[in-house]
Amino acid sequence: MTTIADPRTIDMRTDAQASQWRLTWRAFRRHRLAVVSLVIVLLFYVVGAFAEFFAPFDPETTSSRHIYHPPQAIHFIDWQADGSWSIRPHVESMVVKRDPISLSATYEADPARKIYLSLFGQGQPYTMWGIFQADRHLLAAADPADRFYLLGTDRLGRDVLSRVIHGSRVSMSIGLLGVSISLVIGVLLGGISGYYGGFVDTAVQRVVELILSLPTIPIWLGLSAALPQEWSPLTRYFAITVILSLIGWTELARVVRGRFLSLRMEDFVIAARLDGGSQGRVIFRHMLPSMASHIIASVTLAIPAMIIAETALSFIGLGLTPPIISWGVLLKEAQNIRSIAQAPWLFAPGVAVCIAVLALNFLGDGLRDAADPYSNEKQ
Amino acid sequence: MLISYVIRRIIWAVPFLFAASLVAFALITLPPGDYVTTLAQTLAESGDQVDQARLAALRARYGLDQPFIIQYFMWIGGVLQGDFGMSFEWNQPVAQLIWERLGLSFILEFSTLIFAWGVALPVGIYSAVRKYSAGDYVVSVIGFLGLALPNFLIALVLMYVAVVHFGVDVTGLFSPQYRDAPWSWDKFVNLLQHLWIPVIILGTSATAGLMRIMRANLLDELNKPYVVTARAKGLSEWKLILKYPVRLALNPFVSTIGWAFPQLISGAVITAYVLSLPTAGPLMLQALLAQDMYLAGAFILLLCCFSIIGMLVSDILLALVDPRIRFR
Repeated sequence: MTTIADPRTIDMRTDAQASQWRLTWRAFRRHRLAVVSLVIVLLFYVVGAFAEFFAPFDPETTSSRHIYHPPQAIHFIDWQADGSWSIRPHVESMVVKRDPISLSATYEADPARKIYLSLFGQGQPYTMWGIFQADRHLLAAADPADRFYLLGTDRLGRDVLSRVIHGSRVSMSIGLLGVSISLVIGVLLGGISGYYGGFVDTAVQRVVELILSLPTIPIWLGLSAALPQEWSPLTRYFAITVILSLIGWTELARVVRGRFLSLRMEDFVIAARLDGGSQGRVIFRHMLPSMASHIIASVTLAIPAMIIAETALSFIGLGLTPPIISWGVLLKEAQNIRSIAQAPWLFAPGVAVCIAVLALNFLGDGLRDAADPYSNEKQ
Repeated sequence: MLISYVIRRIIWAVPFLFAASLVAFALITLPPGDYVTTLAQTLAESGDQVDQARLAALRARYGLDQPFIIQYFMWIGGVLQGDFGMSFEWNQPVAQLIWERLGLSFILEFSTLIFAWGVALPVGIYSAVRKYSAGDYVVSVIGFLGLALPNFLIALVLMYVAVVHFGVDVTGLFSPQYRDAPWSWDKFVNLLQHLWIPVIILGTSATAGLMRIMRANLLDELNKPYVVTARAKGLSEWKLILKYPVRLALNPFVSTIGWAFPQLISGAVITAYVLSLPTAGPLMLQALLAQDMYLAGAFILLLCCFSIIGMLVSDILLALVDPRIRFR
């Protein structure tokens, strides 16, 4: 015998009340790759924000004894000479061996000398964001005088891991900041274009078409070559961000315009207008919220393009320049075929770029699918 | 109808070309100071006497003391007659310096386009028809990587692998003995032997993008009733797919060359820099850094023109393939 559920006891409200945000979130959670990517992206931003804490060393500290020091692996089990062991993370110290004929230096592991590591240990003191004084690092050598290199060192003996971590602050934030600027321009121009239509629309669309039909890199290069050399690094950083977003807004403007065009004739917009809602109210209270999820998805997809653009510009020396540390600036070190043949770990910032860009792409794709109510039909 | 569409489209390109030339000229006049200031600096650094009268004469000769708009018309007037001005750095007319490099750039970009098409079309069809098969997943993953990885990183890694593991130098477009040699059949063959590396590096992102578009479009078409009908009538599967849905899915594909082209030119600049190819990119960079304004301007202008003409050609192609476009 089967019991048939009494229809009155089924609670219909939860589904009926799910807001669009809830539905979007639900659809998004089903996209496993996108959720993983979200975690990775958040990790990158957290690491970038607290770079001083996550980096084991100051990124500018040089060490003439550790030039092109290869990466050291972390060992967890600590074997003693008498055969006993304990769990104590450490790296094996490396000593320089000089070839007597070619005089080229090679590093060899020295299992006898171990550098013990501790979580939240004391290390080099730093000033977080120029405000807080601290000396705790996520990973530090038990003896603060020791240095260890999980990703090796560069030609001046600087710790590559610390530099990549500090680079993520600049590279990831330039994407966010640049996209915010292009979002403002894009929503403004795209909105005007889509809401008013007619001549304004044609004019804005022609400008967008012109920008899309020009190759971006030569123009970016021209613009950044025009930046005065004597500008401070911070000014340069903002200038580069503005340059990137001057071209990046077009894609967002197209998305916003398309949404405005399709929403303009929707019943709820007409109703709002007939109710006597002012133009601003119709746009900001009714139309923009209903396309917010789409805009967020496009923004997420625009960030990786910005990151790549910054990396490319800095890589050829026309973007950010030292003392600013960004992934592009770091990759400039890997430009010379001789230095990467000797120290392939200089590719580390490139790997960071790839992971960040892929994660942002997957995240954006997941958001876009989740924000589109019609994509559910396929499932 | 087709002819009037083509004419209208060509007329539309004229204001675009004008705007592009304005952009190019604005870009090269943007840097504070001009070539003469740079020259004076270099002279002062090397300890030479800086002759103010000579500097002023140089300024007057190139019209550097004129207002922007007059300088622009002097420049564009010359360009229209094939005179791109003098390269200050090389002390040669710009026109002599750029054509060979632009020609090589064009060959590189055109081959890349052909490569991207040639690979993306069959692979896109395959992954749509065999949706969710192992092959489709492999292709999708490669496509995603190709889209996400910047060209110059791929170039760097490839260069590293080639040098360290194979001991081969993959930079440049010619072997040393052909580098300064006049054009000959052997030199052309030598070019082809070197060309495929940058073509593959540059082509990855374009191929990945096109593949995804082809797959998505074909998937939309495959579920339509006419496909079911054709299958019910007993048409062989491949003939059916190639003859009907692929033809329809091809339209958006053709229109994408338009946007693929500017991106290709952009990507080529940096890849060429990494691989030190004798194309437009590296020389343009050098000119920009040295404030050699006419040389840089000529490159920016011509690359923009390439790109606009590429868009134009793709629009005309699209009108040829899809009659509906002509009536819009």
